[in-house]
Amino acid sequence: MYTEQDIWKILEVVKDPEIPTLSMVDMGIITKIEVRGEDDVYVEMTPTFSGCPAIKMMENMVADRLREAGISSPKVVTTFDKPWDSNKITERGLMCLKKHGLAPPPKHNGEITQELLEHVPCPFCGSTNTDTKSPFGPTLCRSLHYCNNCLQAFEQFKPVV
Amino acid sequence: MNHVKELLYKMADDLLIIGHRNSEWTGLGPILEEDIAFSSMAQDKIGQSQALFQLLHELGEQEPDTVAFTRQANQFHNCQLVELPNGDYDFSTIRHFLYDVADQLRFEMLANSSYEPLAKVSRKIKGELKYHVFHANTWVTKLGSATEESHARMQTSLNEAWNYALGIFEESEFEQQLISEKIFEGEAALKARWLETIKPVLAKASLKIPEEKTWEPKLGGRKGYHTEHLDPLVEEMAEVFRIDPGAEW
Repeated sequence: MYTEQDIWKILEVVKDPEIPTLSMVDMGIITKIEVRGEDDVYVEMTPTFSGCPAIKMMENMVADRLREAGISSPKVVTTFDKPWDSNKITERGLMCLKKHGLAPPPKHNGEITQELLEHVPCPFCGSTNTDTKSPFGPTLCRSLHYCNNCLQAFEQFKPVV
Repeated sequence: MNHVKELLYKMADDLLIIGHRNSEWTGLGPILEEDIAFSSMAQDKIGQSQALFQLLHELGEQEPDTVAFTRQANQFHNCQLVELPNGDYDFSTIRHFLYDVADQLRFEMLANSSYEPLAKVSRKIKGELKYHVFHANTWVTKLGSATEESHARMQTSLNEAWNYALGIFEESEFEQQLISEKIFEGEAALKARWLETIKPVLAKASLKIPEEKTWEPKLGGRKGYHTEHLDPLVEEMAEVFRIDPGAEW
């Protein structure tokens, strides 16, 4: 029988559908795992944004992975019990975001201020001579920025409380 | 639980209807970033309304999609402000500002609600709305003080939207019960906080709130009385669902 730790390991290969370098575990959206029996594993997830259109798809991806690992009746549910915030992304997750060309969210102390959104370090050249163009980007979790140093537009994975 | 249901319905309906209006900017925004911004806010708001409809479902109401798409306009509890047509970008921006500041404050208050399922969802939503308020503040400040024309347009829109915005705070018959059970601090407390919050932003944009003696809140939305604009909106929003309730997307 698998342990809870085994299940975390098994789920490490399930990637975020929008950022293929980042696993859902590193993203911090899997909030609880309980092994209740040989074939009975319970997983709780929470969306990055309540309007996230990928949440059903992600539930299915997690369940499929568990079935692939031989667990015949996994139960995957989405809740707001422990709501996601961007501090939940692991160190490895932050690296993956950067590798994907997305500026990782800065750590916050429970409060998002407009200042926190200015002068985001450019993921390409590292300069902080950057401007925020819009708090809304191609997906709900990204904002739009421009680097005045390397003259490239880039996106940031938004800090969220 | 009628008091909780009434509270959830009005908030969910506000979000659903303003979300639909925001989505009408998709493809039509004055610049690409604004097109994306209003479309993103639409997605957020419709997602947030779904989360509240889900809480209603847990209290015995029908499935979120059924509730959202099968009611008639007079069964909606949204305030009239959110159903008004988008108008030009200046009106949409002013409405967005007046509504979103109120909503963010509302969810901040509800994050401490004694009704725990609502408190949980509110903690999530208030963080998301922060970005909506940043966006609104930015554009109200920019357009309020850019050119003579932009300033005049923003002031006209503010005057037009004002009494509708006051309608956000229409009290329900359950107000005292919600307050005494510490579920919600109440519309009057919310309105006071809202006024305090919007004043400095409008002042920065040199925009003037209409004189208090002219204030006449547009009430009735919370009880199902709406302008002629809600009916066609609901028709359009529900068109696909009513043709094929089981349609897969």
